[in-house]
Amino acid sequence: MTEGVLTTAYIAASVLFILALGGLSNQETARRGNVYGIVGMAIALIATIGGAQVTSYGALGVCMLIGAIAGIFVASRVQMTQMPELVAILHSFVGLAAVLVGFASYLDPNSHFEGPDAQVLKTIHEVEIYLGVLIGAVTFTGSVVAFGKLSARITSKPLALPARHWLNLGLALVCVWLGTIFVGADGHSGLLPLILMTLVAFAFGVHMVMAIGGADMPVVISMLNSYSGWAAAATGFMLSNDLLIVTGALVGSSGAILSYIMCRAMNRKFLAVIAGGFGTAGGATAAAGEQGEVVAISAEETAELLKDAKSVIIVPGYGMAVAQAQHAINDITRKLRDKSVEVRFAIHPVAGRMPGHMNVLLAEAKVPYDIVMEMDEINEDFPETDAVLVIGANDIVNPSAQTDPGSPIAGMPVLEVWKAKTVVVMKRSMATGYAGVQNPLFFEENTRMLFGDAKASVDSILASI
Amino acid sequence: MPMKIGAPREVHPQECRVAITPDTAVQLQKLGFSVAIEAGAGEKAHFSDDAYREAGVEIVEDVKALWAESDIVLKVNGPETHPNEAIDETKLLRKGGTLISFIWPAQNPELMEKLAARKATVLAMDSVPRISRAQKADALSSMANVAGYRAVVEASNHFGRFFTGQVTAAGKVPPAKIMIIGAGVAGLAAIGAAGSMGAIVRAFDTRPEVKEQVESMGAEFLMLDFKEEGGGEGGYAKVMSEEFIKAEMELFARQAMEVDIIITTALIPGKPAPKLITEAMVESMQDGSVIVDLAAQQGGNCALCVPGEVVVRHGVTIIGLTDLPSRLATQSSQLYATNLRHLLTDLTPSKDGRIDVNMEDEVIRGATVIKDGEVTWPPPAPKLSAAPPPKKETATAPPVVAEKEEKPKGLVTAILMGIGLLALLGLGSVAPTAFLSHFTVFVLACFVGYMVIWNVTPALHTPLMSVTNAISGIIVIGALLQISSPSGLVAVLAAISILIATVNVFGGFYVTQRMLQMFRK
Repeated sequence: MTEGVLTTAYIAASVLFILALGGLSNQETARRGNVYGIVGMAIALIATIGGAQVTSYGALGVCMLIGAIAGIFVASRVQMTQMPELVAILHSFVGLAAVLVGFASYLDPNSHFEGPDAQVLKTIHEVEIYLGVLIGAVTFTGSVVAFGKLSARITSKPLALPARHWLNLGLALVCVWLGTIFVGADGHSGLLPLILMTLVAFAFGVHMVMAIGGADMPVVISMLNSYSGWAAAATGFMLSNDLLIVTGALVGSSGAILSYIMCRAMNRKFLAVIAGGFGTAGGATAAAGEQGEVVAISAEETAELLKDAKSVIIVPGYGMAVAQAQHAINDITRKLRDKSVEVRFAIHPVAGRMPGHMNVLLAEAKVPYDIVMEMDEINEDFPETDAVLVIGANDIVNPSAQTDPGSPIAGMPVLEVWKAKTVVVMKRSMATGYAGVQNPLFFEENTRMLFGDAKASVDSILASI
Repeated sequence: MPMKIGAPREVHPQECRVAITPDTAVQLQKLGFSVAIEAGAGEKAHFSDDAYREAGVEIVEDVKALWAESDIVLKVNGPETHPNEAIDETKLLRKGGTLISFIWPAQNPELMEKLAARKATVLAMDSVPRISRAQKADALSSMANVAGYRAVVEASNHFGRFFTGQVTAAGKVPPAKIMIIGAGVAGLAAIGAAGSMGAIVRAFDTRPEVKEQVESMGAEFLMLDFKEEGGGEGGYAKVMSEEFIKAEMELFARQAMEVDIIITTALIPGKPAPKLITEAMVESMQDGSVIVDLAAQQGGNCALCVPGEVVVRHGVTIIGLTDLPSRLATQSSQLYATNLRHLLTDLTPSKDGRIDVNMEDEVIRGATVIKDGEVTWPPPAPKLSAAPPPKKETATAPPVVAEKEEKPKGLVTAILMGIGLLALLGLGSVAPTAFLSHFTVFVLACFVGYMVIWNVTPALHTPLMSVTNAISGIIVIGALLQISSPSGLVAVLAAISILIATVNVFGGFYVTQRMLQMFRK
């Protein structure tokens, strides 16, 4: 295959990838978009493999086959509640691949530069390698730690080392210093600083994600998504491959936008999230201030309440995912809709542990997507709603975000569930949410608490409807 | 020193209720009070003195001693002349004491004067504001609930047929048709009671917003083809226009010919009850029909109603009883006593057995009609209605956003852009063209990504992440280009990269496909 064919194949793949992302603008075109993505990937792979540079088909075939089988196996077995973990571990693969490709590119004896710009080209090439490995390494260990936190292998509490900001700054300076040594080195003598930098970047990735609390996971996941894109783009520069650059840039900006959306949904500064340690400060003052009497309710009474209501809004949170309650919720929804009760879902942007997590769970349970609303679509409807069912959500329905300027979550947009006639909050206990903030919603006159495991409560409500 | 709460026996004729039950006595003691009752106070409501004694209540034989010893007196009806002692109960109240009962300050100015003269503090249960926080102390609602239920029981007592329709071996029984006018608390309770006995229930109210509540109780809402809203302040009805009343009367006249039982609950605060059922309508009803007039105390909704009595006119039994809650004395005492207990809980925030009449508290302010001998009635208008007109309470505190950094922010952006531009120029001056062409592609791709991603619907953010995951597996191409390298180490590194990147490609696309399959209408 000639160079020209290869280039046009890459252009086609780039366009198809853009179409794949564009298809996600609504549910009807999303599936077609995914097919575009698959086709684009196939074109890119076939064109590359058919190219003159590739000769060892045997090794290549074996690796791709194993990879493909492993990928499909994992993807077909994963529970929808475990999507955040899967996404995190896939990010780490991209990161690791970027590191390995970077090293390979540095060690590749084929790379040599000629002409008047040779020295500049070499420097640029080395900077590209260095950056690619750096970003890839941070993505790799960061994602592995995020995976550990999401799958509860590591505690999701933020790790707050003393002087952690100075530590981060120190690690960054070390990376820059090693970088200058690396770029200045002759031949392959730069390998040692490159390895050292990789280790430092590994440590940086671990430390960065360890310091971030569970509630900030949506930001972390989308941030790592972004990093994995930048890592791919850096690899593209290093190999002078436009397709990698385009794809990396698409993924990178996608992750960056998602991070921004998530931060805005929590009214947090991106840097504040990355600096970490949220949920440790301020919690004590807020918890001490607000106290009152809570009114408990039984599952049977909740069922009566739902049956008598004209309109019901269900607000799911991470607790629903943990309890795997989405199927029972869907059964309740269907029964209520059969009784001509209007049932809708209100999804806060940061509900769950990754962007869109709740939507996927509800879709898995076959909840029709046209009754699943975003916060902005539904927030004005709460005053006209008879009953709100809050399942395993806490901070995203906390009125103190609007009323208490001293609250750690002040200014965060929240679902205004307390404006509804009755709010039933399902909760295991009176413990605070991830942000460690007491929730005055529980003490409102129109709030009823349904204590117990979310799955058990939902099942007994279902039995009583 | 904790205060003492006392409840004397009610002296109003035929009054069977009592203001403290053994249950609430226990809870009042938990608030720190000591509790006493007059001997036999709960007898007619079936609470024996022994039951009170068990609850730790002191039984006082002498009514005068009880009044004199009590810091707070709880009653059902307002003070009146004591039949046995021939003395006005207001005289029995200790000077500066506290009284909590029904007072009806608007109707009883003399009583108010007498109480003020005793330098008393008086909280009227009928003046508890109708806001949601005060519902637990809303005795009018709890008594109306009892009255509505009892109205149906009285009606069935005087009605010669079943409520429910039946087909029996002895022939077919038609169901009773009941019209309920006024769907307040009493009306809704009556709808519930009549409906559960099997009757066909229709209800009418001037406030269209109660249609839903009526229908939720299983009754049919009688629509009037007329545009006028009857919702007044505090969730009560108001006086309607003449045309409206005319249309309304026509509706009643039509219904009167058809239904077997009419229960009227129409009241307008501070006004005599509107006359809704005329003599002609009564005449048009079938013999054996029943009318229960819950507004009898205020003169009655039916023109032929005799307050306090049951009369038969034109073959129709007209029940004008005014003591319906008292006829269900055990239940209504329990509810009323619980209302009192809730009010006292609000009055005793520190639970030390001493009340604090905090006039800053909206509920307490509304209920307090006399404070230390000074008349404080009527209270300022309540802030919120129990059934608010639509879109009234949207004025919550605006979210707190710090906007002070506006100007420096713009400056910072400008500086950053300047630096970025200089950096680009610097890059352009030294970098070779090959690099710059890649860089162009990169920057353009970033912008395309930016434009495309903003259009992604939030519901699909998770599929977005998994699909970007899959396509960032494109890094496999880098490894593919390296695997044929003559250097063994490079080839191994590339092989590992290919393996894990392929996992990404296939895993990412497959899981995205799985997720997207699930999204359905």
